[in-house]
Amino acid sequence: MSKPIKQIHLAAHFPGVNNTTVWSDPAGGSHIDFSSFAQFAQTAERGKFDFLFLAEGLRLREQNGQIYDLDVVGRPDTFTVLAALAAVTDRVGLTGTINSTFNEPYEVARQFASLDHLSGGRAAWNVVTSWDAFTGENFRRGGFLAEDQRYDRARTFLQTTQELFDSWRGDEIVADKESGVFLSNPHAGEFAHKDAHFDIHGRFNVPRSPQGRPVIFQAGDSDQGRDFAAHGADAIFSRHSTLGAGQEFYEDVKGRLARYGRRRDELLILPAATFVIGDTDAEAEEIAREVRLAQVSPQTAIKFLEQLWNRDLSDHDPDGPLPSVDPVVGENTISRGRASVRMFRDSIAIANEWRAKAEAENLTTRELIVEVMGRQSFVGSAQTVAATINDFVQADASDGFILVPHITPGGLDPFVDHVVPLLQERGVFRADYTGTTLRDHLGLAPLPAPRRSASPDAATGVAS
Amino acid sequence: MPDSSTPIHLAVALDGAGWHPAAWREADARPAELFDAGYWADLVAEAERGLLDFVTVEDSLGLQSDDHFDPDYRTDRVRGRLDAVLIAARIAPRTRGIGLVPTATVTQTEPFHVSKSIATLDYVSTGRAGVRVQISARHDVAAHFGRRALPRLSAGAINDPAVQQQVNEYFTEAADYVEVLRRLWDSWEDDAEIRDVATGRFIDRDKLHYIDFEGRWFSVKGPSITPRPPQGQPIVAALGHGGVSYQFIASSTDVGFVTPHDATQAADIAVEIGALQRAVGRGEDSVHIFGDLVVFLDGESKAAHARRGRLDDLAGAEYRSDAAIFVGTPAELADVLQEWHAAGLSGFRLRPATLPHDLIQITEGLAPELRRRGLFRTGYEAATLRGLLGLPRPANRYAIA
Repeated sequence: MSKPIKQIHLAAHFPGVNNTTVWSDPAGGSHIDFSSFAQFAQTAERGKFDFLFLAEGLRLREQNGQIYDLDVVGRPDTFTVLAALAAVTDRVGLTGTINSTFNEPYEVARQFASLDHLSGGRAAWNVVTSWDAFTGENFRRGGFLAEDQRYDRARTFLQTTQELFDSWRGDEIVADKESGVFLSNPHAGEFAHKDAHFDIHGRFNVPRSPQGRPVIFQAGDSDQGRDFAAHGADAIFSRHSTLGAGQEFYEDVKGRLARYGRRRDELLILPAATFVIGDTDAEAEEIAREVRLAQVSPQTAIKFLEQLWNRDLSDHDPDGPLPSVDPVVGENTISRGRASVRMFRDSIAIANEWRAKAEAENLTTRELIVEVMGRQSFVGSAQTVAATINDFVQADASDGFILVPHITPGGLDPFVDHVVPLLQERGVFRADYTGTTLRDHLGLAPLPAPRRSASPDAATGVAS
Repeated sequence: MPDSSTPIHLAVALDGAGWHPAAWREADARPAELFDAGYWADLVAEAERGLLDFVTVEDSLGLQSDDHFDPDYRTDRVRGRLDAVLIAARIAPRTRGIGLVPTATVTQTEPFHVSKSIATLDYVSTGRAGVRVQISARHDVAAHFGRRALPRLSAGAINDPAVQQQVNEYFTEAADYVEVLRRLWDSWEDDAEIRDVATGRFIDRDKLHYIDFEGRWFSVKGPSITPRPPQGQPIVAALGHGGVSYQFIASSTDVGFVTPHDATQAADIAVEIGALQRAVGRGEDSVHIFGDLVVFLDGESKAAHARRGRLDDLAGAEYRSDAAIFVGTPAELADVLQEWHAAGLSGFRLRPATLPHDLIQITEGLAPELRRRGLFRTGYEAATLRGLLGLPRPANRYAIA
């Protein structure tokens, strides 16, 4: 029996606050004005995408003790811009990254429940955690958490919001003008939660939203993160966009689901992916090279070098060889507010690899950085990109992709105009939306109404 | 201070099906749609047709209750609400002229988050955002957050010095909160984004500023993650009933909502807040004082009184409010507003007893009547809420002139 053909899921990541985004391109528009967000979201909806994705960072990045100024800096508030986008789109899902460290469950739950109501069931939450006191300096609680407590707090945070979402069954609002009954249950919204992180009780004040709760995304890649996702997420925003790494990750995570009593299709794996499309494969390769160079300006090359070397290299020549001094080993003090620097576990070894590569290929510092930044996930003609994406999905390297264009807001257009029609012709991507909610788009079954266990009357068996 | 010939500013306070507890049972009410975007879009579109300055949207971090200090378990009242900032954001792209002033509770929330959400509301509305800040002294709301236990207040305890002290602290915290909002809004200079390809710099970081606020309840480093909003400083508003709340209005807001019950009280409040304003060194700033009134409006005064009586019967109690309750025709209301305006109020925030009925009476009855008297605008004369309120776009406190 042949494997059934999978349907591809596609999402659009609003270009990020990092060097992937080429702000210097003459076509690059505002990262703040609502018109950019509206245009981007409407393009995604024109392409029948599953959802739009917004990242978040709650403190401006710093390097050498100064605000990092080479990438796009600044972004709007996630909830607010998603609610506004609900006004200018009808179907596309609205996914926001919201930190569980610098928020409280009651507030986040009511913001997501509100967004889900205001968008007619299109809200999704990418749950992230934060570890650093650096970001915490912007918040009341400071927010420092030991790394081993991050997922613990995130897990209980998510669990607590789940209890808040489930505190309304969805049938409480009667609003019968004649009889004067507005609520069928005087205890609607009651909750009580107590654990090591949260001790809260009372009544949640947003009635059950169209999807019951937002679709839950998880983005971490650690063993804990994978378990966290297998336990409670609907989708994973992963970084494994190559075929081999994608398949390995896919099998690992899907394999964990049974442990939590879940089916393999109850969790979608959606890696981030970049792309460059040309009229021919050769033209696309040429453009892709230019884009990679634009993503690493001479100044960016030095800053990137400093992140590994963990020292000030502002006098280093980007067009010369790599520094002869070794990286400073130990805690990374040069760069703050950036997740990627934590990946440099053994900086001396990596520096030596880089030196060997630069020497072997006769690369300047900047050329070397361009090389190690890696190439775009999908490069080619529309036919090539469509075929490659479909191959990845059918080979279980993913269930689809969250596409990250490098130009705001028009960078998604070539994909929507040229690749989407080819995927639709192949019958692997929807020709039109068949449902109204994001759960519908993702093929996730509607959530059942929670049992009436939140009410003390029901719990003690007293009829109300 | 406004004189009797300056135009009157008009705002409408939106809350559920209207301010009367039986409003949801009116024939034109849409109680099953209170959690749908379309309901709010229709109401704000109506207010915009009337050329009102702005709408406020009520909010709370707990369920509504008829009891001021404790939750209730009533099933015959509207219960549940959506986040007001998100309602405003959902409405913003579909409106063009009207200001949007959602309520934000400051006692339980993060100033950093609220600063960027209101800045973003200003972006998505292209300069029509404000925020009505509100303290929350309720012990049940505090229990939703679990960060601090607030004492249980009761009507009898309100004159207790310890309780007074507690309420004073909430307002002191609110003043710190607004200070953080304002500093964060200014933490980017307007021309900080330079996109200088030659030097590879997207921003001029010398034009971004740490706010370094350190206070008793929170310390916030900054800068904001969101650039300075279109208005520079979105409008800050608050409701006050005297004492420390007037000090808060005088020291921290652009618009104060107050609740006089006659023209003499209106004059006294305007004088009192004006003096407080000068005392804190804001004598040069415009702080609008708006009178709040609950309104039951009909073409015939008798009909308005009959409607109020019918609603009170349905609710099972006579409707009471902190604000004056006006029952009558739009023209009679115009007389009252004109008198209070002459006494020193620059505008009014009307609380429609029922929606959409009393809102339509405002847009189709009151607004044209005031216009006939030369006291209300004939079109939106400015593109921003600050502009509608006659407030200039302020200089950035961190910019070197």
